[in-house]
Amino acid sequence: MDAKMETRQLGFYYGKRQALRNVSLKVPDNQITAFIGPSGCGKSTFLRILNRMNDTIPGVRLEGEVLLDGQNIYGPCVDVVEVRKRVGMVFQQPNPFPKSIFDNVAFGPRVLGMDRNVSLSDVVEKSLRAAALWDEVKDVMGKSGLALSGGQQQRLCIARALATEPEVLLMDEPCSALDPQSTLRIEELMDELKERYTIVIVTHNLQQAGRVSDWTGFLLLGELVEYGKTSELFSRPRDKRTEDYITGRFG
Amino acid sequence: MSRVSARSAQKLAMVCIWGAGVITVFTVLSIIGYVLVRGLPHISWSLLTTLPKGGLSGEGGISSSIVTTFYLIAFTMVILVPLGIGAAIYLAEYAPDNKLTRLIRYGVETLAGVPSIVFGLFGFALFVTALHFRFSILAGALTLVCLLLPTLIRTSEEALRTVPRSHREAALALGATKWQTIWRVILPAAIPGIVTGGILCMGRAVGETACLYVTMGGSAAMPTSLLSGGRTLSMSLFYLATDTNAIEKAMAVGVVLIITIIVINAITNWFSQRFRARMAGGA
Repeated sequence: MDAKMETRQLGFYYGKRQALRNVSLKVPDNQITAFIGPSGCGKSTFLRILNRMNDTIPGVRLEGEVLLDGQNIYGPCVDVVEVRKRVGMVFQQPNPFPKSIFDNVAFGPRVLGMDRNVSLSDVVEKSLRAAALWDEVKDVMGKSGLALSGGQQQRLCIARALATEPEVLLMDEPCSALDPQSTLRIEELMDELKERYTIVIVTHNLQQAGRVSDWTGFLLLGELVEYGKTSELFSRPRDKRTEDYITGRFG
Repeated sequence: MSRVSARSAQKLAMVCIWGAGVITVFTVLSIIGYVLVRGLPHISWSLLTTLPKGGLSGEGGISSSIVTTFYLIAFTMVILVPLGIGAAIYLAEYAPDNKLTRLIRYGVETLAGVPSIVFGLFGFALFVTALHFRFSILAGALTLVCLLLPTLIRTSEEALRTVPRSHREAALALGATKWQTIWRVILPAAIPGIVTGGILCMGRAVGETACLYVTMGGSAAMPTSLLSGGRTLSMSLFYLATDTNAIEKAMAVGVVLIITIIVINAITNWFSQRFRARMAGGA
């Protein structure tokens, strides 16, 4: 498989507490990779390492390498802003800015300084269409992003992330704050998006991982217990702990 | 505790709380009412538009005081706002959490509680004397800036800190730099709180007397430049009440001050409500 991202002997510390140990894996291109595990297993930490969001937390330390297209994003000459432009992120709680729908989506292109030949409203429309929100908001673009429903807000956040044209889209439990119908909508959307983007999702919901992902990793206490094709991991787990977790014996 | 005593405790609490409320409202209304009743009849167009005679006569109007107050507040805010917001951004976003930062914050909090006459003495020593600004609007405004900075820094820092972390993360994850995040996301979200703090400062500046008494001199003449001395409305009130027998005129100035404060408060409320509505998704 073509690896879009790869981690090598990744270790991560919050102060003295080790949150991840020796995680080595490859995230395949144009597929959905899911990470599952009980609370506190390090799956969100892992996701936030992939676009260097953890840099904002004081007192953290990282070991090993994280490669994006073969290049270490924690290397000495790397521009963090450039990494985050290429690796977008959608958070657990929908977090639109207290701005209009249009300004929310246009935020990324505006701060990154976009191509003068492309009109901003075209980018916004394209992104909203890609996030399957265009039809619902096209007549109320001036309305605040916070006036939308939870599911719409999350799709707005997805549109906002897509507007910067990332290569990888990280999703941190994107449906945990949503109702079942909105969840279904987002899952369908992920399936469409993987044609063009590499998606990494962290989820608490095993069924969701089983439904949407191509690859699944199981994390436990900061360790990558098992990583493989989703169909295999769920039907024939190699590790006893994985089996216990997916059959609901703990977690 | 038996049922009955719980009920009487409840009754007693009600009586106390109502009593406190009634006494407070009554006090405030009597003060305002007294000033209005005694001052309103003496407010006239000529009072507002003629120059004071100065000295001990108590004659003439308060036009120069109105102009001085306006200049003083405008100049104070022009210096105060960028400085205060800048310092607040530094403290909330950039300052590392160490001893020095804690010392700065402690200093700011202490200064906020220092009596204004102490700032006045400082302003007199530094601006009036050492820097040779003499008794002037400039010296008064700079002293007011020193007096009000701690308040503005504290309210602005508080406003910046209440912007949810999720907004910062969202902006950073979109490839925004730290400054873009502050300028485009955090600052706009904090604006209502900052404006409230700024207008609070404005209200205090309008009412301030002691520290201006020793930095602006109290000339009754119309100011011609920032280096002119002058008397604000509150200072006029003070002079009229203590140096002359024009107590009715002092009351009239009091009315003007009260109305100014009411207008400033109304603008604050209107502004923060409008902003809050927009943030909540109304507009």
